[in-house]
Amino acid sequence: MDEELYKQNILDHYKHPHGKGVLVDFDIKERGRNASCGDDLTLYIKFDQEHKVRDVAFEGEGCAISIAAASMLTETIKGKTAKELALISPGDIYNMLGIPISPGRVNCALLAYKALNDSIKTME
Amino acid sequence: MLDTATIKKDFPIFESSPALAYLDSASTSQTPLLGLTAMDEYYTKYRANIHRGVYELSEIATDKYEQARETLARFLSAESEEIVFTSGSTLASNMLVYSLEKTLPLEKGDEIVTTIMEHHSNLIPLQELASRRGLTLKHIPLTEDVDLDYEKARELITSKTKIISVTLASNVLGTINDIKRLSELAKEAGAILIVDAAQAVGHMPISVRELGCDFLFFSGHKMCGPTGIGVLYGKKERLASLKPSLFGGSMVERVDTHTAEFASTVARFEAGTQNIAGAIGLAAAIEYLSRIGLSNIEHHVRDVTEYALSQLRSIKGVTLYCAGDPRKNAGIVSFLVEGIHPHDVAEIFSRGQVAVRSGHHCAQPLMGALGVTALVRASFYLYNSKEDVDKLVLGIKKAQSIFA
Repeated sequence: MDEELYKQNILDHYKHPHGKGVLVDFDIKERGRNASCGDDLTLYIKFDQEHKVRDVAFEGEGCAISIAAASMLTETIKGKTAKELALISPGDIYNMLGIPISPGRVNCALLAYKALNDSIKTME
Repeated sequence: MLDTATIKKDFPIFESSPALAYLDSASTSQTPLLGLTAMDEYYTKYRANIHRGVYELSEIATDKYEQARETLARFLSAESEEIVFTSGSTLASNMLVYSLEKTLPLEKGDEIVTTIMEHHSNLIPLQELASRRGLTLKHIPLTEDVDLDYEKARELITSKTKIISVTLASNVLGTINDIKRLSELAKEAGAILIVDAAQAVGHMPISVRELGCDFLFFSGHKMCGPTGIGVLYGKKERLASLKPSLFGGSMVERVDTHTAEFASTVARFEAGTQNIAGAIGLAAAIEYLSRIGLSNIEHHVRDVTEYALSQLRSIKGVTLYCAGDPRKNAGIVSFLVEGIHPHDVAEIFSRGQVAVRSGHHCAQPLMGALGVTALVRASFYLYNSKEDVDKLVLGIKKAQSIFA
């Protein structure tokens, strides 16, 4: 069971997250917060002239699941258009994580996704 | 130490989950069979509404409900006309603050003094009152060893202070506060003293007379009672002039089309059909705890806490955020494991059947004062043993090896 939830892939992303940092030049800056545990994360996105994601970063604090999910999300959204970003679903996040997510950890897994989703809604 | 093997037999949950190390009683405790049976009897043998029917079942239900009130009064060294049943601490705290707002002559610039370690259920109603009425809300800070800073309290409490509202025991730090000391300051200032006893009640003998408070409230579910029932104690003189803030059936003397006169007794604060089974279940929980003895429970929890503190202190990478003296700790050990988020620690524990709480514990201002966003919290009660602590220690070591 431990291997399932905390398999090396998740731990690697947690310890060495991709896209960790801030963007000074951004089109989107969106904060995501998990009220139950105090996790707090800010997502930054910069689009290029073709309206595709040129750069993405996040900063904040969280558990292994929320940080790994944010790290994976930054990898996957590069080069996507805003329309394509809107098509990302929670199911995609679970697939990326590749582990069973219990009801108690759904908010952790979807912390970065929710920030992304909120930011796209405000763009529309 | 209590014989926890015997005590566990009184709690059906441990029959369903024999391997469970339940270390989350500060969130909600388990229910003894005695309490479940008492509530079952109400539902199966004499269910009826109280104070209303003239038939026998209603009379039995009324008697049992009023007996529960008497049990609560004895338990707190109070009188039965000082005991108001509520749905729990949160309702008690909210309705008390609304009632005080209607009753007290509050003026802009008057002050409320609370502490930095309050649970949101005590704190937010005070914040809201302060913002509605232009009052100043002040917080007694902590000392280095997470005790209340009583010197600062002396400075903060002034003649402008109208309400002092303080927790008896912190739900994060376990710190047991010196209410008697604050009571003296309250008397000097002429302020009303409210005590949130949610984390302390059922863990130690409590006498409202000895504490010297005007009001005290708690939930039943943290002391082996059911959920959805709690108590607001109010000193007779205070309660007599206190205006109600919840309205409905059962709390009135007379109602006409535009006005109502309210009952002169505690009924004034119990609008609508009450949690009758809950009150009966809570009284049964008190009967159960009293049989074991509150002092025995207090000493047992102290021993387990002392063991946990010493075990956790010996693990490298663990930092404690709680009262370090078990005599001043209500059975709560909060901590961080270096490099591992509390959520992950708790998840790894759960795989070893160790139930703890992780997060901000509804005490965000305290988290800010401690400089953390979340903590792991283990809390102990009468059914916990040193073996449960050993499982906790194993869980920490497992988490450390997974995240190494």
